[in-house]
Amino acid sequence: MVELRGAGLTYPGPPPVRALAACDLTVDQGEFVTVVGPSGAGKSTFLNIVGLLDAPTEGVCLLDGIDTGALKDRERTSLRGRRIGFVFQSFHLLPHRAAWENVALGLLYRGVGHDERRELARETLVRVGLGHRLDALPSTLSGGERQRVAVARALVGDPSLLLCDEPTGSLDSATAASILDLLAELHRGGMTLMVITHDPAVAARGSRTVAIHDGVMSELEPV
Amino acid sequence: MKPLRRAPGRRRPDLDDDRPVVLSQLRWRDLLSEALAGTLQRPARSALTSLGTVLGVGTFVAILGLTATASSQIDDRFNALSATEVTVEDIAREHDEFLELSFPADADARVGRLNGVRHAGVFWSVRLDEDTTVRSAPVGASGDGRQIQVVAASSGVLRAAVPTLTEGRIFDAWHDTAHQRVAVIGAGVAARLGITTLEARPAVFIGDEAFTVIGIVGDVRRKADLLLSVVVPRTTAQQVWGAPDGGAKMLIETQAGAAAQVASEAAVALDPAHPQYFKAVPPLDPKELRTEVTGDLDQLFLLLAAICLFIGTVGIANTTLVAVLERTGEIGLRRALGAHGRHITAQFLAESGALGTLGGQRRGLRLRQRTGLAHRCVPFLRRPDSEHGLPARRQGPGRAGHGVLPREGIQQRAVEATDR
Repeated sequence: MVELRGAGLTYPGPPPVRALAACDLTVDQGEFVTVVGPSGAGKSTFLNIVGLLDAPTEGVCLLDGIDTGALKDRERTSLRGRRIGFVFQSFHLLPHRAAWENVALGLLYRGVGHDERRELARETLVRVGLGHRLDALPSTLSGGERQRVAVARALVGDPSLLLCDEPTGSLDSATAASILDLLAELHRGGMTLMVITHDPAVAARGSRTVAIHDGVMSELEPV
Repeated sequence: MKPLRRAPGRRRPDLDDDRPVVLSQLRWRDLLSEALAGTLQRPARSALTSLGTVLGVGTFVAILGLTATASSQIDDRFNALSATEVTVEDIAREHDEFLELSFPADADARVGRLNGVRHAGVFWSVRLDEDTTVRSAPVGASGDGRQIQVVAASSGVLRAAVPTLTEGRIFDAWHDTAHQRVAVIGAGVAARLGITTLEARPAVFIGDEAFTVIGIVGDVRRKADLLLSVVVPRTTAQQVWGAPDGGAKMLIETQAGAAAQVASEAAVALDPAHPQYFKAVPPLDPKELRTEVTGDLDQLFLLLAAICLFIGTVGIANTTLVAVLERTGEIGLRRALGAHGRHITAQFLAESGALGTLGGQRRGLRLRQRTGLAHRCVPFLRRPDSEHGLPARRQGPGRAGHGVLPREGIQQRAVEATDR
């Protein structure tokens, strides 16, 4: 699914900053991996590499067996759009568009027709438990509902990997728990998940946990 | 190694593409609907942006109209007046400093016989002593203490100036030859001297000489200084104050197109023995002048228009830039969803394009028509409504393009889209 072989990233200087030391990691189909580490440890760099936002400066990053470093920028963007679903801490919903439109946005760059986009968006919203709020504007949704819309938007494109960056960072603990339940449910359904967090409680939900400290990755033994 | 991610039996043929990398794409229809939604999601901002365009285009169009109007009016004026005016100066003193007046007594008649001359007359400013004042009574000071100019002129000058009389008449050749003590005064002078009517046969006193006022001139089309002067017949002036010490001139009104020819002949006609004593000043060649002036004006106005348009453009660019900065989150999101850079570019271009084009067209047309009406110039754009006689204005895309739809409008749109 995702395979890092000696992948690392050094921002060119002067002086060069080594944001992520060469690391090896293999995430298999259907795994739920959590990534922990304090702020500034290199979590974001890791996310950028796995999320195909940055190419590693050393080593390789394989996604579904495709060497992403060998791709051109446009190909990498397209691959990202098709195989990776992003969930952000701050939701990033378009404020003046209905929930289903926000979800349908996930298919906009896939050449899917309008009617089909709408139908798929509806199905996905039902899947995350928001079948009753299809036409709601984000401003009328609660934080938990907004994050569900964001998850639906990530899921609608049928990605290989769901990449969540602090998905519960902006939510209170009860809502956060419900979002985590949703993620766990997706995991049971076979989805491959990678959740970046600095909350140990969130990290504990994963089937595997890797930690990043000062740009060095280490796998934590399951507790 | 595709995972089981959904209920079995459902198919998403276009999503189940097993090629390793399928490039992202954005349909034209989707691009347009995204751009429209982006335009409509901030009605106030869109309205302001639109206003920028409206102002820019409006100014551009208004100035274009102004240029056309101004050029045509200038053309008319040059045709009517300047092109038919020739001035002849007495430059005899450059040749012989003891010569007095070179214009012969029958100068008006001599020049008047030239082909194409309408009226011609000799005039000069009478130089008075410091003590000689112009008054409306034999004793006392002049009207308000300021000196009033006295002009000696033959009757042709008054005719060539095309006067509009408020009262009385102008003097003619007989007054000239008979040394009559008459005066024609400008309306301004009349007011200053307290002369309101000719019924009382008023007189002006220049020094100790009395002149009967026979006419009050309200307006002239040439030689506007006559309005502030007391005009007396040339021969009378010469008799009373003597010949002018230089500075005598002749004003000739010609028929259209005859000016150049009259100018070349005038000197010889006035004094065949000494044509060098006269210098005829013809008007600039009308064609050349018109082209020159029109060209200058066009350039000036176009420059102004370009500046205005530039200002409008900068305004729009600024607003758009702010809009883009404001939406970096959205751009990042779209990139994460697989949009290529060009997709984002296309969307923002489409949005600004929609704002600018629709807003600009609409207002531009209206302003053009309004300025056209106000300045009586020929409209070069046809109102689109009028062709079909339909009130297309209410349904046209421009209205929606302004983006001034209220919030309900957007929601309505969303509902319609949902119902589709």
